[in-house]
Amino acid sequence: MDFSLDFAPLAPYWSVFLLGAWLTLKMTTVAVVVGVAVGTLIAFLKRDGHPWVSRACSVYIEAVRNTPFLVQIFLLYFGLASLGLHMPTFVAAVLAMIVNIAAYAAEIIRAGLESVPRGQIEAAECLGLSRWRIAWHVMLQPSIERVYPALTSQFLLMMQASAMASQISAEELTAIANTVQSDTFRSLETYIVVACMYLALSILVKLLAWGVGEYLFKRRRVIRRAIMAARRQPVSVPHQPSAAAQATPGTGAANSRSTS
Amino acid sequence: MIGSFSWQHLLYLVQSIWWTLVLSGLAFILGSIGGFAVLLARISPRRWLWMPTLIYIECVQGIPLLILLFIVYYGLSVYGFALPALVAAGLAMMVYTSAYLGDIWRGCVEAMPRPQWEAAECLSLTRWQTLRLVIIPQALRLSLPPTVGFMVQVIKMTSLASVIGFIELTRAGQIINNSIFQPFLIFSLVGAFYFVLCYPLSRWSQAMEKKLNVSNR
Repeated sequence: MDFSLDFAPLAPYWSVFLLGAWLTLKMTTVAVVVGVAVGTLIAFLKRDGHPWVSRACSVYIEAVRNTPFLVQIFLLYFGLASLGLHMPTFVAAVLAMIVNIAAYAAEIIRAGLESVPRGQIEAAECLGLSRWRIAWHVMLQPSIERVYPALTSQFLLMMQASAMASQISAEELTAIANTVQSDTFRSLETYIVVACMYLALSILVKLLAWGVGEYLFKRRRVIRRAIMAARRQPVSVPHQPSAAAQATPGTGAANSRSTS
Repeated sequence: MIGSFSWQHLLYLVQSIWWTLVLSGLAFILGSIGGFAVLLARISPRRWLWMPTLIYIECVQGIPLLILLFIVYYGLSVYGFALPALVAAGLAMMVYTSAYLGDIWRGCVEAMPRPQWEAAECLSLTRWQTLRLVIIPQALRLSLPPTVGFMVQVIKMTSLASVIGFIELTRAGQIINNSIFQPFLIFSLVGAFYFVLCYPLSRWSQAMEKKLNVSNR
């Protein structure tokens, strides 16, 4: 019982920890970007594809969602290696993450696509928009915005799941923690430090996701600009000599801007 | 000589499903108790109670379960408690599950309309009576689909206990793979077993969700 926490032996390893955090972040980013792209494709295929393709997509989604990520990594890394397809651990880990997140993202995006009212799609068809433009402007953009919170929390879960990549000794934060703790024999302290780093990473990912969301969605940009314009408007009103006459067109302009 | 996959191996895998179920059950029951406490603390009007709970939830949700497992496993062993892997895994999963379940249930309780609380207050029910007689019975119906959905997550998460040497389905697969090296076959089989465990729950959760949506419409 004479154990006390001692973080001093870990001090020389700070750069290694930072490297691990960077690798985890890199892995997650690549997996999320590619995974969401693949997931979107699968969501559309499941919705409008040939019945067989649609069925295959369902099977893929359900298979991935109902098996542990750890088993998926093992299957991809050891399984493919035994079939003669060797790849570096980092590639295998990223590939497993892409496979995993594509299935979850497909399910989330499909839910978003289903929430687009039929009438809007029909209206777009009446306006003579091409299939691709309907898919992009009318279906995908609004539905991504609607399901963005769910996607974000899925990204966070994915970042945490990337810790499992240490099990095939892919280089990332947890794998580096394993190395450090076998160097210093300070296992508890190492994992506490790493836990704090994951916390910081998840806050960072949340912030990033929020920032990207604010920038990405046109509707939000427009609304923000309108709000800013509306804020500027009332300040200038009292300086005008005839406030009542000026205010009416002013608010009218603000309204038209927010609806555009 | 490397043998091939035999009935004995299959039997071993099937037996290890039992331990996956035991760990899932343990994690779920302990996590539900913890999650209920988290729920009560989180919706409490007292600041010193809900604030730390919020921090607890945010912290646990920001740390991977794998790291939690390592902290519990190594942390308790340096203080002289040589824990069996089942207990360490159960404890770590309890912490993890309680944070998530507490958060899910809080969402369900807060989805209850405000007038329900006010009406209970008019009837001069105490806070505990309000919760027990008015809010929780209604929130329970709402919370069932996400809770069952989370049960699927719990079953999948038990695969992580293999890392600290608890022999469940994934670990059994690894052990067999180490002796006969047929990873494609073995891990497909392991995945299939997990699928058999999880898929019915997923479907059940989806079906309940659909039912709720219809009644809400």
